[in-house]
Amino acid sequence: MAVEEKLKIELGKQGVIVTSLQELYNWGRRNSVWPMQFGLACCAIEMIATTMARYDMARFGAEIFRPSPRQADMMIISGTVTKKMAPQVVRLYNQMAEPKYVIAMGACAISGGPFKQGYNVLKGIDRYIPVDVHIPGCPPRPEALLQALMTLQKKIDGQSLTGPDRPRYLDKEAQGEFPVPAQGEHDLEPPSNQGVWPVPITIK
Amino acid sequence: MQTVEQIKAAIEKAVPGAAVEVAPNPGPAAQHSLRIGPEHAVAVATFLRDDAELALDFLSNVTGVDWPDKEITEKVKVTRPVTKTVEGVEQTVEETVEETHKRVEPGYLESVYHLYSMAKKHGPVVIRMRTGNRTDRTELPSLTPVWRSGEFQEREVFDLYGIVFKGHPDLRRILMWDGFKDYPMRKDYVEPDDFEYEPTAHDEVLARAQEHRNREKGDEGTREPAAGGGGR
Repeated sequence: MAVEEKLKIELGKQGVIVTSLQELYNWGRRNSVWPMQFGLACCAIEMIATTMARYDMARFGAEIFRPSPRQADMMIISGTVTKKMAPQVVRLYNQMAEPKYVIAMGACAISGGPFKQGYNVLKGIDRYIPVDVHIPGCPPRPEALLQALMTLQKKIDGQSLTGPDRPRYLDKEAQGEFPVPAQGEHDLEPPSNQGVWPVPITIK
Repeated sequence: MQTVEQIKAAIEKAVPGAAVEVAPNPGPAAQHSLRIGPEHAVAVATFLRDDAELALDFLSNVTGVDWPDKEITEKVKVTRPVTKTVEGVEQTVEETVEETHKRVEPGYLESVYHLYSMAKKHGPVVIRMRTGNRTDRTELPSLTPVWRSGEFQEREVFDLYGIVFKGHPDLRRILMWDGFKDYPMRKDYVEPDDFEYEPTAHDEVLARAQEHRNREKGDEGTREPAAGGGGR
């Protein structure tokens, strides 16, 4: 930064705003994260409650739920992802325009939750698409979703427009579309996208 | 309400040739059911619905039951002539020997219907049907033409148990996708093996995760055990 933080505040007091393009850009993006309007299970009820007057997600600029993936910036995976639903979720994610973010809400969306050992529930949507924020809970309270949104905003704020750690949508080489799993004879094929979800290593 | 024995008698009177037997429930609920033969099932069901006294107009619940093949071991005493040489003379002696017989009783699938009467405010009457076996004779008559509420429930039984309901208007899988080949609620169903990573595995899950890792190690020869992840 060319301008020191202290000087910036001093100039602000005088009515002069000094900023960088990156800061302005991220400020605009983080305060207008429009979620996609879809719910999968009981967590969706908490998501709806979060948008209503008591918790008021509008305070964070994320009140406009868009009914089309083309107009949405964020996908809230709110609930159990069954293996029958998983390909559609991945397809909707692919249809969203970059930059796009994912919040996996609730125990089911992050790991399969109480249905983990079942035959028909995906053990976490992060097996197929990159997830930015995971929220545990069954279901998480609206405050938790707000916390997740604030975490996401912090993440957006920290993104740089250039350099090697720039976000995916600014990287021409990066993968923007994720393979949609096929519904096979016994299970989804492949059972996970190893590019997105390398098998985690447990540190003992 | 009539007892199951009375209902059985009424069915046998109304539908000649119908095979009906009482399947007793020895538990404290004592909710005995009626096992009916699939051949006359639709006629029996129509009778149960339309009979003025029973008036079972509401099909509340349809479920399936899987009865796998059962191996039965029994000891039988067999007496048969045995040729023996006693003191240099060949004789035929009757001898009793205890033999162990093993036979496999073939399994079958069963569909269970719970019927109530809205008009008479009584119920439930439980009727059951059995398929021939678990592999190729899995057909049963559909009771959806009699009770419309059976449509989705019979589809679910078809989806999860593989009972094929003849006469069902739209028999497709309802919960799993169309290309799915297994019947998940059967006892011999093998779940997909996605136990590669279990962060807090214990008991059965730990065993499954261990199994998965061993298999993976066998597949790829020298593979680092940590790459399999999971477990403690």
